Amino acid sequence: MSTIFLRILPPAMVVRRPHRMIERHVVAYRRQWLIIVSGFFEPLLYLLSMRAGLGSLVGTVTVAGKAVPYDAFVAPALMASSAMNGAIFDSTGNVMHRLKYARIYDAALATPMGPGDVAVGEISWALIRGQMYAISFLGVMAALGLVDTWWSLLALPACALIGLTFASIGFVCTTYMRGWADLEIVTTATMPLFLFSATFFPTSSYGSWAWVVQLSPLYHGVALVRAANAGVWTASVVGHVAVLVGLSAVALVVAARRVDSLLRK
Amino acid sequence: MPEPLIVAHQLVKRFGDFTAVDGIDVQVQPGEVFGFLGPNGAGKSSTMRMIGCVSPVTSGSLRLFGLDPATHGAKIRARIGVVPQLDTLDTELSVQENLWLYGRFFDLPRAEAKRRAVELLEFAQLSDRADSVVDNLSGGMKRRLSIARSLINNPELLLLDEPTTGLDPQARHVLWDRLYRLKQEGVTQVLTTHYMDEAEQLCDRLVVMDHGRIVAEGSPRSLIEQWSTREVLELRFPAGTNDTNAAQLAGIGERQELLPDRVLVYAHDGEAALVEAHARGLQPESALVRRASLEDVFLLLTGRSLAD
Repeated sequence: MSTIFLRILPPAMVVRRPHRMIERHVVAYRRQWLIIVSGFFEPLLYLLSMRAGLGSLVGTVTVAGKAVPYDAFVAPALMASSAMNGAIFDSTGNVMHRLKYARIYDAALATPMGPGDVAVGEISWALIRGQMYAISFLGVMAALGLVDTWWSLLALPACALIGLTFASIGFVCTTYMRGWADLEIVTTATMPLFLFSATFFPTSSYGSWAWVVQLSPLYHGVALVRAANAGVWTASVVGHVAVLVGLSAVALVVAARRVDSLLRK
Repeated sequence: MPEPLIVAHQLVKRFGDFTAVDGIDVQVQPGEVFGFLGPNGAGKSSTMRMIGCVSPVTSGSLRLFGLDPATHGAKIRARIGVVPQLDTLDTELSVQENLWLYGRFFDLPRAEAKRRAVELLEFAQLSDRADSVVDNLSGGMKRRLSIARSLINNPELLLLDEPTTGLDPQARHVLWDRLYRLKQEGVTQVLTTHYMDEAEQLCDRLVVMDHGRIVAEGSPRSLIEQWSTREVLELRFPAGTNDTNAAQLAGIGERQELLPDRVLVYAHDGEAALVEAHARGLQPESALVRRASLEDVFLLLTGRSLAD
């Protein structure tokens, strides 16, 4: 009976010990904690520059009929972007190193660990890392007086969802890369997402091109974090969640299959 | 006779149009040290990867511990240890962490994994390097660490893919000694090598592979007895005269083998063959009588030397 079950279920889809992969990273990063800490400063510096510089020029932005100061408008978007960047960073460069050069996954697959464990473990780790940045960023926002509702705490699960989406997509992309040079493509792809996902200006300013913005997965993430931070929930939230959940689910399955076909030839 | 630990029947591995393993039959008994011998590209590593349950079988059947890798891969892998051809040690971890964290992949409790790591460091003579970074180890040390890591789950079967390739002679002997100890402890070992002396030292039984097929099987001694004469006379002639000199050797010994740098004469009495060669007026630059080895068996079976 169990044999029939195992035949139907491809080995890539079995996930039993992804936490072993995470345990390895926790030990490895104990010596490199500075690298983790450094990832926190980039969005923070952005926020401070927006608040001190651009914010005084722009004044307020009108969102859903409400006028909000520019830094309060930008902060949730920066939080969402840092969740994306943290997840992408770990699931591309670091995964490439472990996949192709250190061959850590080859070593893992010689044990009871399977491709599903490797893919889910790696993506979870990227997500955890992104979540650490999100938590500290929310703390800074609160300290700067940019948080005024308990709903803001829901920005954290929103960032987890963003992290999951981009970690999964990043992982899949990395399995197709030939070498370090291909990593440039990642920056080329995330930069426009960062700039044009209704991050620095509201969707209304895109005019008739607003629909293009909606193609960006980050746009849906930004919208979620903004809704949480404002404590204003509309039906569109369901759509944003659905887009991110759908993308993550597909990318996760593809990720496990890619590990299987790359390393278990 | 106990149940064989590995049973392969008409095992085939194909990559697209290329057939790496072309229908081999193999049985390995518990406690045995079994070798796959052959030049690069003979299909040894592909076979090892199938046995290690990290490469699906194209056709034929394979059972380890009576289980099918296609359905019970994780269960089988829990009971084997793998030393890959190229070290896959974790360079971001210390020597000790490499061991115990690998044990965690086998679901060992953390305290147990750490206790075993200490034992295995002792076994691999790396105790004083426990906190070193892996990159700072010598080639021989890395290989020993790889073997130690493969033992973290107390495997019943150890798979070693070219365990001593690239090591200096002293490091090889240390490694052979460790493998011999494991054999005495009853750990079944399957290894690949293209070193004849390694196969003769370690293997109870081996198969010679060429182009994905098994061309001979037996113990090192029985293979030599079956396929070669007892002794071999090696003659070196001035450059470019091998052909003409070899022609004059016709009839001496059982047969001759013409190599680029020397001529081999297979004879039961090598000295007598040399006397005969001298009597025919041949004047080799050097002459050496030695016992036949697996190298000679391989040469006869595949027409190539192993170093190719």
